Amino acid sequence: MTQHDMTHPHDAETQGSLKSYTIGFLFSIVLTIIPITAVLYGWAEGMTNTIVLMTAAVLQFVVQLIYFMHLREEKKPRYNLVTLILGLIILLVIVIGSMWIMLFNMVAT
Amino acid sequence: MAQLNDSGHANQHVSSSDHHDHPDMEEMRTFGFWIYLMTDVIIFGTLFAAYIVLQGNRNGGPGPEELFQMGGIIASTFILLTSSYTSGLAVLAMHKGNRQALMGWLGVTALLGATFIVLEVNEFIHLVHEGATISTSAFLSAFFTLVGTHGLHVSIGLVWMIALIIQLAKHGITPVTKRKVNVISLFWHFLDVVWIFVFTIVYLMGVR
Repeated sequence: MTQHDMTHPHDAETQGSLKSYTIGFLFSIVLTIIPITAVLYGWAEGMTNTIVLMTAAVLQFVVQLIYFMHLREEKKPRYNLVTLILGLIILLVIVIGSMWIMLFNMVAT
Repeated sequence: MAQLNDSGHANQHVSSSDHHDHPDMEEMRTFGFWIYLMTDVIIFGTLFAAYIVLQGNRNGGPGPEELFQMGGIIASTFILLTSSYTSGLAVLAMHKGNRQALMGWLGVTALLGATFIVLEVNEFIHLVHEGATISTSAFLSAFFTLVGTHGLHVSIGLVWMIALIIQLAKHGITPVTKRKVNVISLFWHFLDVVWIFVFTIVYLMGVR
């Protein structure tokens, strides 16, 4: 049981491979070209445009996390993932909270 | 068994502090850097929030449509993307124990980072010549603070990377330099992620 787990070299957690890095790189190139063409050729207007652009950006963030930062290969007590989630919660509260109060404030306008 | 539980028992090892295993300590330091990155997420979060809220307040000054030249911005986006990839290749070379390739890829990464900074400084000079300074409007104050903070991070990363290349030339691949390479590649990927959001929210949504 333990033997089986120890077949991996010690620092396998952050190793990755040329293949995984290249896949990640190609993904991020594609995910950059899509929003650029969407904007330059004016595929979508208003809200749809915003959703397309933000989806591409968030997907690219996920690609970087998985293929470049190796978040998925972390060992069991997943402190990195937990602190990342904490950071993202604070980030979303700050950004969405500010937008909600400052841009959609019915009292001020 | 001890190997297996490295990260799990790292806490107890450090708190009892009698014997520190080197791999454990370096792993803890990498995690400490990760926590710093999360605080950086919060800094950029507040700057993004400020930008999104203030971007409509132009004070009669120029807006994003007139100011941003997308050619240079798109070029610097691909440059930074590529440098994120090459810093990954540096880590790969390190795991193979190939010091020459490691230093080479770090050098390429630093060079691409420097190109990015040159393009950004050029853009800022262009903006100031157009009469769009940090004090022109709330939109431009938020813009320069957000983009400038990212550029500052990249510049610090550059200095750090050059120092690391010198250390690698002197000491080779040791547990300490190994951890430093891992940490700086995390930093570099993180800066790339931040730039993706700057590019999307500030530039792409700005010119649209």
